[in-house]
Amino acid sequence: MGVKVYGKPQAVCPQRVMHCLVEKGVSFEFVLVDIDAMEHKRAEYMEKHPFGQVPFIADGDFELFESRAIVRYFAAKYADRGPNLLGRTAEERAKVEQWLDVEAITYSPCAFPIVFNLFLFPIRGLPGNKGEAVAAMEKLDKILEVYEKQLARTKYLAGDEFTLADLTHIPVTRYLVEHCGLAYLLDDKPHVKAWWEAVSSRPAWKKVMSFVASGASFYAP
Amino acid sequence: MGSVTVYGPPISTAVSRVLACLLEKDVDFKLVNVDMAKGQHKSPDYLKLQPFGQVPAFQDEHATLFESRAICRYICDKYADRGNKNLLGRNGAGPAERAQVEQWLEAESQSFNPPSSALVFQLAFAPRMGLPQDPAAVELNQAKLAKVLDVYERRLGESRFLARDEFSLADLAHLPNAHYICSAGKDDMFASRKNVARWWEEISTRLSWKKVVDMYSAPPA
Repeated sequence: MGVKVYGKPQAVCPQRVMHCLVEKGVSFEFVLVDIDAMEHKRAEYMEKHPFGQVPFIADGDFELFESRAIVRYFAAKYADRGPNLLGRTAEERAKVEQWLDVEAITYSPCAFPIVFNLFLFPIRGLPGNKGEAVAAMEKLDKILEVYEKQLARTKYLAGDEFTLADLTHIPVTRYLVEHCGLAYLLDDKPHVKAWWEAVSSRPAWKKVMSFVASGASFYAP
Repeated sequence: MGSVTVYGPPISTAVSRVLACLLEKDVDFKLVNVDMAKGQHKSPDYLKLQPFGQVPAFQDEHATLFESRAICRYICDKYADRGNKNLLGRNGAGPAERAQVEQWLEAESQSFNPPSSALVFQLAFAPRMGLPQDPAAVELNQAKLAKVLDVYERRLGESRFLARDEFSLADLAHLPNAHYICSAGKDDMFASRKNVARWWEEISTRLSWKKVVDMYSAPPA
């Protein structure tokens, strides 16, 4: 039956899921949910996802929402394949969970308002709130100072190997750097800059970007 | 054993989330207060434990951690054989059962926590701190929370607890914010929804949670 990922391929949260599947060499079908046309808020979709968000996945009969729950699921299910994304001991996993939660609760709530106000709303012809974006950029700079201290000690956030904690940062950070002009925030943070260069040049992430650009519906390793 | 330390004031919602988990797991711990009114959470010593200057921080003989939900997951993994063994799904049940808990734990952190935290601040902490309440913020966040509780109402009609038919970490994570909201007189949000009311009654009367609430009125260490 295989894996189906529901969402819009350009959206940040579905991209996390695709990246995890590609790292693990798992094929999937991408099923478009037209969020621009509010398909995710219609009753039919909300039968699957009660909060009306993307992504949603079906792995055979098993269904799941929340991108970070989904990537934890696939990383555990395919622990024996591809890179180790969850650490090898309870302590290593705890570090992965810690930085995953930092991304979820501290980093992304700051990053998303920047992307919405400086990129997403303008391309839809809606007014972006520059003040909100600037306030968020100042907060993000302070958050990245903490990341700089961590990445001076470890190559990746949770240790010396790439894990889910790094993975979930990538899609929104790409928008910040490539579409919101925020590359300069990394200029005085050499370790964050090196980390960003390493994670964004991973072959699996490049495959996700090619897949998104191609408009294809099926991915096979 | 006997080397677990939690840093932070017990009345903090995030600190009490960790305390509830430790009590469910029958893991002994020492609680070290952090005097936030005096700025102790921003002191150089504390920042070594928690570089974002937030509470809680956690230490045992193997790890120093922050982020309350990451700490809870670690406690469940590390002390798997103690106390309530099923907080992340049953031991050995495989990634799908744990993933269901992770899905609702993410829903708590991403959908429930933002509006409920804002309400907790407005209703419980602003008065304590002598700060004026913002009625517009109360109204806005109450409306957002109501939508989340509507989703919970539907879910809790299908399942006894959020993730499965047994109490899990996903339910536990809700205890602190919901407690403050109910104690501040907004319990009608929970009581007016039949399934949510049933669920809240069950989870808030657990012995572990009652012990945490007792700690709120104990003199600081």
